[in-house]
Amino acid sequence: MALTPQDVARLADLARIELSDQELARLAPQMDEILESMTNLAQAIDDDVPPMSHAAPLVNVFRDDQVRPSFSSATVLAGAPAVEDGQFRVPRILDEEA
Amino acid sequence: MSSTINQSAAELARRIAAREQSSEEITRAHLDRIEQVDADVHAFLAVDAERALKQARAVDAKVAAGEKLGPLAGVPIAVKDTYCYQGLPTTAASRILEGWLPPYDSTVVSRLLAADMIILGKTNLDEFAMGSSTESSAFGPTRNPWDLERIPGGSGGGSAACLAAFEAPLALGSDTGGSIRQPAAVTGTVGIKPTYGGVSRFGLIALASSLDQPGPCARNVLDAALLHEVIGGFDPADSTSINEPLPDLVGAARKADIKGLRIGVVHELGGEGYAPGVEQRFAEAIEILSGLGAEIIEVGCPHFEYSLAAYYLIMTAEASSNLSRYDGMRYGLRVGDDGSATTEEVMRLTRAAGLGDEAKRRIMLGTYALSAGYYDAFYGSAQKMRTLIARDFASAFEKCDLLISPTTPTTAFKLGERLSDPMAMYKCDLCTMPASLAGISAASLPIGLSPADGLPVGLQVMAPAMADERCYLLGGALEAALNDRWGASLLDRIPEVGRPAGSQETSR
Repeated sequence: MALTPQDVARLADLARIELSDQELARLAPQMDEILESMTNLAQAIDDDVPPMSHAAPLVNVFRDDQVRPSFSSATVLAGAPAVEDGQFRVPRILDEEA
Repeated sequence: MSSTINQSAAELARRIAAREQSSEEITRAHLDRIEQVDADVHAFLAVDAERALKQARAVDAKVAAGEKLGPLAGVPIAVKDTYCYQGLPTTAASRILEGWLPPYDSTVVSRLLAADMIILGKTNLDEFAMGSSTESSAFGPTRNPWDLERIPGGSGGGSAACLAAFEAPLALGSDTGGSIRQPAAVTGTVGIKPTYGGVSRFGLIALASSLDQPGPCARNVLDAALLHEVIGGFDPADSTSINEPLPDLVGAARKADIKGLRIGVVHELGGEGYAPGVEQRFAEAIEILSGLGAEIIEVGCPHFEYSLAAYYLIMTAEASSNLSRYDGMRYGLRVGDDGSATTEEVMRLTRAAGLGDEAKRRIMLGTYALSAGYYDAFYGSAQKMRTLIARDFASAFEKCDLLISPTTPTTAFKLGERLSDPMAMYKCDLCTMPASLAGISAASLPIGLSPADGLPVGLQVMAPAMADERCYLLGGALEAALNDRWGASLLDRIPEVGRPAGSQETSR
C-alpha cells in the first residue's frame, strides 16, 4: 500500500489540519502500518452480509414538535472566540482572488 | 488513612442517612485526600471544592429536616471531563476546549445532582477519550496509584485512578472501546459499560457516537450498581436511548448467586500475546466460578480476531466526523485570526495547534476510511464485520448466559512504553472492543495481582443487551468469593501512593 507523505498531506487538507513536513514524514509510516493491519477485513466477509451502523434496536425516533425555551444569544456567544454586534465574528470566507 | 475515605459509597450513604457522619465531613475528607495525593496521581483536571461543600451542606440540611433522600445522597463523586457540567470547564483533555464553560448540564450530571450526590471535580483522560493510557491528555498523564511509574489505563485513567487512590468513592466514566473497563482492570477497580442506549449520552462529548456509552466506576460491585441505577434509564434528549426500564441491578449485585448459570469462556480472547500472570489469575477465577455452581463452557467467536480492524475503522470514521465541529468559529480555541487570514486558514491553524498527535492521527485515519475509492474496502467492510461479530455474540448467548475473558492482555505498562507505537497501544483494547461493537453490556472486575509484577488483573464479563443485571450477578458472587479468600478487598493491598508496587520496603 505504502502511504506517502503526499497522501497524508491530502488527508490533512480534507481534515483541515495544517501539518509540518516532519509531522507528515512521521505520520505516513504509522498510518501505513495501521491501515495495512486492516486490509484483511474485505477478504473475511461475504458480499451478502448486511452492514451494521449502530447497535440500538431503534428506527425513526421522533419527539413531539413542541415549543420550548432555547438558549439566549448571550449564553450561546459566551464561549465564542470573537463576537461583534451580538453575532459570531468569523474570518473572511473568500480568498482575495475569488 | 482516615476511616472515611476507605469506605464504600453504600456505607457512606448509610452514615449520612443515619446522621452518624455529615456529607460535609465526608466531602471534606475526600477534598483533603485530593490535596494530599493528587500532585502525584494527577487524576483531576479541576477540583470544585467550594461548590462541593455547599452541595454537601445542603444535603445535610435536607437530612436534618427529615427528608427522604436517594440511596447515594450526600456521597461524593468524580466526573470524567467528557461530561458537560455548568460552572466548571469541560475540556475532554484537549487544548482546543481549554477553559470552555458548557451552557448546559449533561443528563448524567443532572441525574447525579437530582440524586443529591456531591460532585468533587473533573477527572483526566486521553484527549477526546482517544487512548489507553491517559498519556495523550493535553494536560499531562495520570499515574497508576499501584505504581506511579505506570499507566492507569485509558481513556478514563483519571476516573479509575481517583478510586484506587481513595480520592473519591465513585466516578463517572465513558466507554467507547474499553475506556471504562481497561482502566478498571489495571487499577484493581470495578467498571461497567452498560448496554448501548442504557445510559444517556446527552451532554457527553462525542468520540464515536455509535459506540460511546456512559457508565459507572467504583471500588466494589454494589456501589457500581447503585450508581448505575442513578444515571441509567430512558432520556428523550438522546435519540438512541432505550425506552425500557432498567433491570434490577442493585438486587442482582446483592443476590450474587450464579448457581446454574452457564458461563462461556471466549476461546479467541487468550493465548498468544496474553501475559502468563494474567492467564493464571483468569484460570483461578474460572475455578472459583465453577466452585460457586456455574457451568463453564468454552465457546468460539471466530470473528473476534477482526474486531481491532473493524473497531478502529468505525471509531476513527465517526471521530473524524464528530471532531470536525472543533473549527475555532463558535467556541473553543481560535488561532491565526490576524485580520487577513481566511476562515479556512484559521481552521487549519486552530486544529493544528489545538489537537494533539493522537487526535490528528485518528481524524486522518477516519478521513481515509471514508474517502472516495477506499470507503467500500475499509469503512464498508468494517460495518459488515460488525454484523458478523454481533452474530458471534448472538450464537454464543444461545449456549450460555454470560461470556468471560481477561479484560486486558497484560497488566499496566510503564508510562511512555507504547507512545511511539500506536498499534501496540491499540492492542490494549483487544478484549473489550467486541462488546462495544455489538452494543452489549460488559464489566471489568478485579481478580487479583499478577504474580509476575504485583499489578492488578481484571476479568471481563459480557452479557446480552439489556441484561446488564447478569454482569452484576456474577460480579457480586465473584467479589464475595475472592474477598473471602483474601480476607480483604484487593485495594486493601495497594501500597500507599508514592511507593512502587512489589517493592514496599524500598522508599522512593
